[in-house]
Amino acid sequence: MHHKVLACLDHSSYANSVCDYASWAAMQLETPLELVHVLDHHQETAQTADFSGNIGLGEQESLLAELAAVDEQRASITLQRGHLLLESAKKRAVAAGVDKPNIRQRHGELVEALADIEDEVGLFVLGKRGEAGERESEHLGANLERVVRALHRPILVTPATFHLPTKMMVAFDGSMTTRKGIEMLASSSLLKGHECHVVLVGTDSAAASTQLDWARITLLSGGIHATTRIINGEPETALPAYAAANDIDLLVMGAYGHSRIRQLFVGSTTTAIIRTSDLPVLLLR
Amino acid sequence: MLLTKIRHDWFSNVRGDLLAGIVVALALIPEAIAFSIIAGVDPKVGLYASFCIAVVIAFAGGRPGMISAATGAMALVMVTLVKEHGLQYLLAATLLTGVLQIVAGMVKLGTLMRFVSRSVVTGFVNALAILIFLAQLPELTNVPWTVYAMTAGGLGIIYLFPYLNRTIPSPLVCIVLLTAISLFIGLDIRTVGDMGALPDSLPIFLLPEVPFTLETLRIIFPYALTLAVVGLLESMMTATIIDDLTDTGSNKNRECVGQGVANIASGFLGGMAGCAMIGQSVINVKSGGRGRLSTLTAGVILLVMVVFLGQWVQKIPMAALVAVMIMVSIGTFSWDSIRNLSKHPKSSSIVMIATVVVVVFTHDLAKGVFVGVLLSALFFATKVGRLLHIDSTSGDEGRTRIYRVKGQVFFASADHFKASFDFKEAVENVQIDVSESHFWDITAVAALDKVVLKFQREGTCVDIIGMNEASTTLVDRFAIHDKPGALEQMMKH
Repeated sequence: MHHKVLACLDHSSYANSVCDYASWAAMQLETPLELVHVLDHHQETAQTADFSGNIGLGEQESLLAELAAVDEQRASITLQRGHLLLESAKKRAVAAGVDKPNIRQRHGELVEALADIEDEVGLFVLGKRGEAGERESEHLGANLERVVRALHRPILVTPATFHLPTKMMVAFDGSMTTRKGIEMLASSSLLKGHECHVVLVGTDSAAASTQLDWARITLLSGGIHATTRIINGEPETALPAYAAANDIDLLVMGAYGHSRIRQLFVGSTTTAIIRTSDLPVLLLR
Repeated sequence: MLLTKIRHDWFSNVRGDLLAGIVVALALIPEAIAFSIIAGVDPKVGLYASFCIAVVIAFAGGRPGMISAATGAMALVMVTLVKEHGLQYLLAATLLTGVLQIVAGMVKLGTLMRFVSRSVVTGFVNALAILIFLAQLPELTNVPWTVYAMTAGGLGIIYLFPYLNRTIPSPLVCIVLLTAISLFIGLDIRTVGDMGALPDSLPIFLLPEVPFTLETLRIIFPYALTLAVVGLLESMMTATIIDDLTDTGSNKNRECVGQGVANIASGFLGGMAGCAMIGQSVINVKSGGRGRLSTLTAGVILLVMVVFLGQWVQKIPMAALVAVMIMVSIGTFSWDSIRNLSKHPKSSSIVMIATVVVVVFTHDLAKGVFVGVLLSALFFATKVGRLLHIDSTSGDEGRTRIYRVKGQVFFASADHFKASFDFKEAVENVQIDVSESHFWDITAVAALDKVVLKFQREGTCVDIIGMNEASTTLVDRFAIHDKPGALEQMMKH
């Protein structure tokens, strides 16, 4: 995670917490922080409609001028609003101790915009929901899952309020994805000096213990003292329950380990946990 | 991702798309009938085609919100085929057109559109508008004065009614009102019913009744090829116009394949070949249509109205349709291009006018575009050919002359290159420094060879400096083009 931390902001109530978590991560990782606001104009939706159905002299030119004027007006307002949002977020980040956060605005769809700048980024920070999905409190934002699937970097999904993380829980199942995740954590400074629980959901077996021992030793080599635990039950319920019982305040897990087909029928563990949990979730890709 | 894309393309503008689709369907009916008449087939052929193409392109097209149906550009191409061989051969040609367009899309011919300059596009659009207008003239010659009165009244309604009310499409008002008047007074003027059969049922699948022989292929292939080219040209141009209007992107190659699929479907359901329509697509965007739903709505509403209101459609006077078509031709014509004639470079204006003239005389848009593209290429070559400068200095007490060549040497500037050397001057040594020039083709190299030969015959010793740098442009696939800094390296000498 040697690249910068990118906080994705919008006008939702998650903006402050996204900014706070991103500031925390940037300081922890000692990397630059960038605050991004993506302006999605939804060009595919018509703003004006004239049903007169006729086309007169130079209709094409005048229609182009008219549509461009409407777009321009709307875009300049949203651009201004977005800039104010970023400015206030910047002040907040500076107050939290971040050195010179960078701000930028991009046009287009969120997923595409983020994928475009992915190469410069080491960690994305996003709110659970955007401004469009604010009311449906049980559902995730429409963009979140698509963002997580489209990007190949770690993503921190934040709840609405910031709480300084001190105790982490790493969901571990011995799979390639989570093993890679453990190695990634060990080589990163994000978790240094924090209490860390590595939890494996499943039955207590020799294989599971070996896996957990490997995880503990790998983390120790990165300077993280981890306790390991095997718990029974379904991941969707057992992990949040363990987190609640042990005052965990940051969840680390691999994202979307299964195929889309399986997810269509069974549902995704990742989505379920992000949805039900009040904790920030760090998704490792 | 796929689901989101589908939702994005189809359902991001539901209300606007549905309403705009209805407005477009109303305008499509007179157009489909009028274009069938141009092609010389029953109105139902054009109406089935418009339904079919609009519905298929809604799913298969690459430009959401663009309207495709039976068009004037295509109808004009098929006139002779219908006259000489009949409807069944037209259906077979339509199927072949579809196949050719799919192939064009697969080999990504859509990218060839970059060679069609803006002047050619303007010429194409203007020629199309003129042809649509000219096609209305048979309805306006040798007719009673009532027809002129009806047409003028129709145009009046179309352009003035929006000042009263902008929620009811004025072409619809024009058609309904003129039909009512002609029925009420009992005018004896031509109606749609006089022009041929209208649809009385939903279209059914049928194979064209033609012998599947090489002879048939020989007849239909030239028409299918022209239809495919004209259809793709108009579709690509319309797609660009819609891209600009809505400030969104489109997939041109997918649109090529989509046009092909739509034409094949149309051919099997007894419809003629079609393509994207500039006028209708502009109406769609103006009415608030943006997504695929607008195109689908237009097709479905068109069929529903024609099948269920068939006996009323029969009674529409041709004068009302002529008024609508005149509106389409006025709206399609680029009036800015007339204003810009004096402002734009003469070469652009010549390209535009040449395109229009060729199309109007041959009634073939493909030929017009071909001439336009050829002319723009010639003009461009001439302009770049002027970027050549040769100066010389004398040295060694008049016994040596150094020529310095700067600029582009290729077929268009090779003569100028040769003429810049003074072979009459008696010198012992000549140095030709070509390191600041580009030799683009073998004509340029041959010209240099000739110059060297000529000097040698005069007993002069010739040195060429910097040939390696100059001829890097000669190689078609020169490897450094892909590397960063290639352009700077090419431009610096």
